[in-house]
Amino acid sequence: MRDVAIIGCGMIRFGELWRKSLRTMFVEAALRALDDAGVDRIDGIYVGSMSSGLFVGQEHLGPLMADYLGLVPAPAVRIESACASGGIALRQGFLDIASGNSEVILVGGVEKMTDSDAVTDALAAAADQEYEVFHGVTFPGLYAMIARAHMERYGTKREDLALIAVKNHKNGALNPNAHFQREITVDQVLASSLVADPLRLLDCSPVSDGAACVVLASLDWAKDNGKNPVRISASVVATDTLALYQRNDLTTLNAVKESAVKALSQSGKSIEDIDLAEVHDCFTIAEIVVSEDLGFFKKGEGGRAVRDGLTTIEGKIPINPSGGLKAKGHPVGATGVAQAVEAYLQLTGRAERRQVKNARVGLIQNMGGSGASSVVHIMEVV
Amino acid sequence: MPTQRHWREIPQRYRLEASYCERCDQYFLPPRLICPRCKGRDLKTKNLSRKGKILTYTIIRVPPQTQELKTPYPVAIVETADGARVFCQVCDCDLEELKTGQEVEIVFREVMREGRTGVIMYGYKVRPV
Repeated sequence: MRDVAIIGCGMIRFGELWRKSLRTMFVEAALRALDDAGVDRIDGIYVGSMSSGLFVGQEHLGPLMADYLGLVPAPAVRIESACASGGIALRQGFLDIASGNSEVILVGGVEKMTDSDAVTDALAAAADQEYEVFHGVTFPGLYAMIARAHMERYGTKREDLALIAVKNHKNGALNPNAHFQREITVDQVLASSLVADPLRLLDCSPVSDGAACVVLASLDWAKDNGKNPVRISASVVATDTLALYQRNDLTTLNAVKESAVKALSQSGKSIEDIDLAEVHDCFTIAEIVVSEDLGFFKKGEGGRAVRDGLTTIEGKIPINPSGGLKAKGHPVGATGVAQAVEAYLQLTGRAERRQVKNARVGLIQNMGGSGASSVVHIMEVV
Repeated sequence: MPTQRHWREIPQRYRLEASYCERCDQYFLPPRLICPRCKGRDLKTKNLSRKGKILTYTIIRVPPQTQELKTPYPVAIVETADGARVFCQVCDCDLEELKTGQEVEIVFREVMREGRTGVIMYGYKVRPV
C-alpha cells in the first residue's frame, strides 16, 4: 500500500440552504477543494450520501456530480453507509490511491435534508426497519435508550449531556462554516423540549443541508508537485449488529472500539499521541460513549471528562473543535468528509480562532446508525 | 407498505417464532440462517418465552412522520426469560412508573396503521406484570 495524503479541502457553510440544490452544494464545495489543492487533474470521484433518494428523490450521484464538475468521463460512484457515508467515501478514495489505481481523487459528501417533509423517517432507514422502526422508534429514541443505560450504569449525569452541547456550540461559534454560530447554556439545554427521554431538542444534532470535499493524492505525487500534504496514516471501518437491541452491552459501541484499536495499530500510534479528535456527536450521549470507546477515557468516565473540561479546545484532548455535528450541523452524508476538512485545517494551522495549539496528529470518527458502522481515520503532519 | 411485506413477518410478530442455536443456547428474533457466534447452520425454530424484563427504555415524544402513533409512548429493549432480546412498545402502563428491571409479559396488540386506507399491522408489545 502506498502512502496517501490530503492536499486540499473545501466546504460550504452548513445550514438550511433553501436557495441551493443538492448538486449546487456539492459543486461549490468541490470547486473550493480543487482550488485549495491547486490541481488540474482528477482520476476519480467518491460521493458520500446517505439517502439522497429519500430526501430529494435523486440517486446516481456519481455521474451527476462528475457531470456538473465538468469531469466526465472520470469514474465516479456514490457511497452509502448511513451517517458514515462520508467517512467511508473517504476510505474508498484512500484505497483507490493506496492500491496504486489512481494518483489524485476527489472525495465529497453531500446531503439535502430540508427539502424533505419526512426527515425522521428517512433517517430511520438506517435502523432495522422491520424490528426497530416498525415499533415506532426514532433515532433520538435509540440514542435515548443508550443514554439511560449509561446514566444508570455509570452515574453519568443529565447535566453532563448538556455540557457536550454547550462545549460544541462554543466551538461552533468560532467556525464560519458552522450551522449554529452561537453559544448556548446548560439551562437552555435542560429547558428545551423532550424528544425521547432523557434526550431533549438541544441534545440532538440539527437537520442541515451541506457539502464538504477533500482532494487526496499519493504522498509521492503530492511532494513531487509541491502540495501541502497531511498524511492519512490509518483508515479503518468496523461493523456491529444493525439493531441496537441485539447487543450484549448497550453502553458500548463495539464498532467504534474495533475501528479505533485497528486504526491506532495501523498508524503505529497510541491514543496519547492524538492531538485532536472530531467525533460523531449526532446526540450528546454519542460523544460521551464514543470518547470512551475510542480510548480517550476509561469506560464510564466520558461524562466526567466533559465536566472537568478535558475536551475543550484548550483541554487535554480537544474533541470536536469544529463544533461537531451538534453545532456545525449534520447533513448526514457530508459529515464524515467535513470532519476530514476540519482535521486538515487544524493540521495545516489554518483553523483560525478555533486552532488547537501544536496539532500534529488528528483522529476523525464517523458512524452510521446506532453505531452499526464506524470509520476511523488518523492523519498526521508530514 | 406492501401487504406481503407485513404478511412475511407474521410468524415472528404473531407467534414469536425465533431461531435457536443449541450449541450456544441462544435465541434470535428475527430468525437467522447462521449463528453469529458459532457459525453453525443447524438452527431450530422455537417460540420465545412471553416473560421478560426491561433492560432500557425511552418515551417517544416526537414520532416518525409516516406512522399514525399517539404520543407519548414508551418503547423498551426487553430480555426474555430464555435470554433472547426483543424490542417493542410498552403498553398498559403508567409512564411515571416505568423503570429499568421492570418485569413484563409479551402481549398481542395493534402496532401501527398506515393512514385511513393503509394496512393495520399487529404484533407484539410488552406490559408490566
